[in-house]
Amino acid sequence: MGSDPRPARALSTRVLLAVLTILLLGGVMVAGSIWWTSREAARQSYDRILLGAANDIAESIRIQGAAPQVVLPISAFELLAQAPEDRIFYAVRGPAGALITGLDTDIPFDTPEGFFDAMLHDEPARFVRVTRRFVERNFSGSVQVIVGQTLRARQAMTATLSWNALWPMGLAGIALLLIAWAVVRRALRPLDAITDDLARRDPYDLTAIPVEGLPHELQVTLGAINRFMARLESQFEAMRNLISDTAHQLRTPVAAIRVQAEAAHAERQGAGQALDRLLLRTRSLGQLLDQLLNRALVVHRTDSVPRRAVDLREVALDITEREDHALLAPKVSVRLEIGEDPLFVRGDAFSLGEAGRNLLNNAVRHGVSPITIGAQEHAGKARLWVRDSGPGPSPALLAQLGSRFNRSAGTREISSGIGLSIVDAVAKAFGGTLETSTDDDGFCIALVLPIHEAPQ
Amino acid sequence: MTWLRVFLVLFLVPVPLAAQEDIARFGAGPQPFLIRSTTDIAIIRPLIQRFADTRPDLTITYEQWGSNALFDRSRADCRQQSQPADAVLSSAVQQMVWLVNAACAQPHRSDVTAQLPQTRRWRDELWGITLEPAVIAYNRTAFSGGTVPKSRFALLDALRADPERFRNRIATYDIATSGLGFLFAFSDSLEATTFGALLESFARVDAVATCCSAEIITGVANGRYLVAYNVLGSYVASANHPEVGVILPEDYTLVLSRAFMIPRGARQAQAAAALLDFLLTPEAQAMLTQVGLVFSLDAAETGLAASARRPIALSPSLMVGLDAARRQQLLDAWSETFQPGWLP
Repeated sequence: MGSDPRPARALSTRVLLAVLTILLLGGVMVAGSIWWTSREAARQSYDRILLGAANDIAESIRIQGAAPQVVLPISAFELLAQAPEDRIFYAVRGPAGALITGLDTDIPFDTPEGFFDAMLHDEPARFVRVTRRFVERNFSGSVQVIVGQTLRARQAMTATLSWNALWPMGLAGIALLLIAWAVVRRALRPLDAITDDLARRDPYDLTAIPVEGLPHELQVTLGAINRFMARLESQFEAMRNLISDTAHQLRTPVAAIRVQAEAAHAERQGAGQALDRLLLRTRSLGQLLDQLLNRALVVHRTDSVPRRAVDLREVALDITEREDHALLAPKVSVRLEIGEDPLFVRGDAFSLGEAGRNLLNNAVRHGVSPITIGAQEHAGKARLWVRDSGPGPSPALLAQLGSRFNRSAGTREISSGIGLSIVDAVAKAFGGTLETSTDDDGFCIALVLPIHEAPQ
Repeated sequence: MTWLRVFLVLFLVPVPLAAQEDIARFGAGPQPFLIRSTTDIAIIRPLIQRFADTRPDLTITYEQWGSNALFDRSRADCRQQSQPADAVLSSAVQQMVWLVNAACAQPHRSDVTAQLPQTRRWRDELWGITLEPAVIAYNRTAFSGGTVPKSRFALLDALRADPERFRNRIATYDIATSGLGFLFAFSDSLEATTFGALLESFARVDAVATCCSAEIITGVANGRYLVAYNVLGSYVASANHPEVGVILPEDYTLVLSRAFMIPRGARQAQAAAALLDFLLTPEAQAMLTQVGLVFSLDAAETGLAASARRPIALSPSLMVGLDAARRQQLLDAWSETFQPGWLP
């Protein structure tokens, strides 16, 4: 079966995890895209301001005498002050790179026309270079204007834009997750109902699961399960028929042979050992057949019959009342010891009775009278026990109790092996154990089962 | 020979002149702390003393400088990475903006600095400490009979109506030598078209451009000048002449905030930040109000509408005033108007 150490996740958890993963991945991608777009927007708007300021300054260049002169327009600086927290840079350079006016820094002047990034006093900054060409009578050449600005305002604008776009997206993500949760819960509700139904169902209940009103996919699955259970049910039915047929068909001829052998034995007293052996074998065959068939029936029933609450006292009472043991050993006395309160276990009354009967028969056959059978609660468990006054089986035999067809050399044909294997099978089928104990009073063997709450 | 060499070393080797005008020391702690400022020691002494009392670990040296010299020194410290002052406080805010723009300052942020309005801080590296209006000072006796010109327009009208009365008796800063005068003139030139008309009228009555606040105020007090234009209100207040009246021009009044900066590389940057925070506390602001450096601009007291206040904002626009060509343009217009001041 499952060797996976992780606990299996519920279907709804899996779906929600998948939705969460999709939302997170999508969120990260959209957030990245928003940030990029915001940065681009901030870059473009402040680039325009930068370009406007540079053009303003370029416009103010005049040729006086033979040299370009610039009277800085305040408007250019007011434009730059749109980024109030940013350092600025400006420089106006003549044809040979000679500084006409400007702030002295090591900003390169041989940059290409347009925007570029560089450091301004150890702070990243954005610059633009605008060239104005003059063709005058006494001055001909180009004048460069470089204007720059640090990036604080751009970063602030990027952050604001991103945040404004991100927080509604975050809220939407949470809303989507909640909706997904609700939808998944709703879609999985029929499945949950079926799961509950199956969990509550008795494992031996093979009746069909109702499929009305379920989604198509579930109907298909459940239909398959129902068909499988029906087939199983019919297999069990066939098995039951086979066992009872076999029991009936085999018992009758064996019984007939035995009767014939007994009669022959009575008529021809001392007519030879062969007839004695035939009689012995025939008796043994009859018992063996009974036990084998009982065992098959018990094993079959524990596999196929729904468990019910069974009062162990009634089982014990039933066994003593039927007095089967009297056939085996008419001289042996059997006492019944039961309490006043009912003692319920969950199981099959027939199988439990069969197990008890086998315990008693073993005690009658191998034990020492007096023999007591009882049903009692002990240490929180229900016990169906049989006690005899003898020393019990040998320790070596005890060690292999319950193995199928366990036949020791000393007990041969009238073996207790099959009987105990029936008890053992019943104990395992109903969640119990087989316990033995030996003390001064004798040997006690008990079928120990969990107590079942009294049925309503 | 030895003596001659000593003589040469002492007198001929060019020793950089100490440019500070005055110096004062406070406290006797183990840590030296240097403030360079354009503000008169006499005026600001109680504040520095109070700060020194709270910081016994410092020995505070307060150097009083001229604004241009202070600018040159700070710029040189910044460029050559020599040891700068721990704190710089200057009324020539355009120079301070230049220094901050050139990454010569270091940032500081605290609850008190965060409460400053946007016009009084830039990049968290430059802060406006004071509130000092540029006023029109006048001689009370001379105007005792007539109406006092409450605005630039009124002054223009008065000058037009009776030019002879004002001839040679209007005074203002010489913007070529006074950084503060230039700042006011530059701000005027940005603020309104009245500036051109005013220059014209000043030229017509032979107005006097002179250098120093003290001289101008004394001149107004003794009746040498009838009106002084664009005088820093705090100087008038601290000069304490009963004869001198003050007008906050109703059309607009420029308000200067002296700028505080912590130079990059200051050894005692923490102490400088503490000094800044102290100067912005209500207690220090109240003391500054007492010494006249924070002028109450409450409309109820001064009759000045809030809309007429023009704070000189700490912003990179001020650097235009430092641009050589631009400066020359203003100086040219100026020198066509004014005759050189008559120094006594």
